[in-house]
Amino acid sequence: MKCRVCREPAVIDIRRHNANFCVEHFLRLCRDQVAKAIEDFHMLEPGDRVLVAVSGGKDSLAVWDLLRELGYEADGLYVGLGIGGYSDRSGQRTKAFAEERGWPLQVIDLRDDHGYDVPTAAKVTKRVPCSACGLSKRHLFDRAALDGGYDAVVTGHNLDDEAAVLFGNTLRWEAEYLARQLPVLPARHGFPRKVKPLVRLGERETAAYCVLRGIDYVVEECPMAAGNKHLGYKEALNAIEAASPGSKHAFYFGFLDRAAPRFADAAPASGEGEVLGTCSVCGSPSTNDTCAFCRLVERTAGAQPVVLTAKGSS
Amino acid sequence: MKVQLRNPTRTLEVAGPVSIVKLLQQLELNRESVLVIRGGTLVPGDAILDDADEVEVRPVISGGST
Repeated sequence: MKCRVCREPAVIDIRRHNANFCVEHFLRLCRDQVAKAIEDFHMLEPGDRVLVAVSGGKDSLAVWDLLRELGYEADGLYVGLGIGGYSDRSGQRTKAFAEERGWPLQVIDLRDDHGYDVPTAAKVTKRVPCSACGLSKRHLFDRAALDGGYDAVVTGHNLDDEAAVLFGNTLRWEAEYLARQLPVLPARHGFPRKVKPLVRLGERETAAYCVLRGIDYVVEECPMAAGNKHLGYKEALNAIEAASPGSKHAFYFGFLDRAAPRFADAAPASGEGEVLGTCSVCGSPSTNDTCAFCRLVERTAGAQPVVLTAKGSS
Repeated sequence: MKVQLRNPTRTLEVAGPVSIVKLLQQLELNRESVLVIRGGTLVPGDAILDDADEVEVRPVISGGST
């Protein structure tokens, strides 16, 4: 196997590009794909100051590294979710990554700073853990970006993430969610701009990027996410991709190019839509007197913390 | 050769020589879902592994619902 660019020995094949790459040219490909996504979707302007939502996983550490490589002033924000040993290890990796490079990292701990953790919130609300996790992270990233004067929040969503979400939303024709499934959401109603610079990279590529850059990320899966529908959609799409390379890219970018505009008029499905006022507790945009995050804090106050068994502490 | 797998972490003994593509077929793994790593770097799909090799087959699928 030889590199398509230089004909030196290749280390990775990317079947949807029908090409192999050596280390140097694979890393260049990753940078070029991120730069193209940023330009094509008008995600960022040169000199923008951005806040990267980092989890310790491959995607968030890769996008932080890539944005720095491309010259952006990118700081990190890590939210400790309290998912037993998994969160401990994720936090350690994230802090070590930032310290080794001397890059600013802000850390928020749900238990220490807001009195709850994701497993306890899931039990109290009787909803899946990913619900409380997503709600908490969105609120805290938005708030930190606005308070810190950042131009945008950056997340590590990759092509596989976006294709899987699109697959799920299409299966149920969730028009309101389809209307918002874009790689960039402009700032509005007190929400910061949100961008996804990895949409042109699959997660096999972001993992490979980390290996080749020597980025020590958390490989283990979140024990609370195991078996969820999102992972099932990814496996289904990868089965299709194996038989027909390029299918995930065609599905997602075909949607953006030819289908997304048809859903543009659908009403927003989340609290970021018709914002009528502000939360009486924290001042964040909210359709109710109290925002969903502050209601979660209220509901979990005084609840007995959930102690995870082996899955979260192994 | 020793083949380390994840989630849960375990090690298998596999007889060589065998190509990466054949190894993943034997393990019934989708090439889109894993990387093969040896000595801290990636091993390309056409590489042949022998009995003395030690490799990690690392899953790349991750994520919750948000």
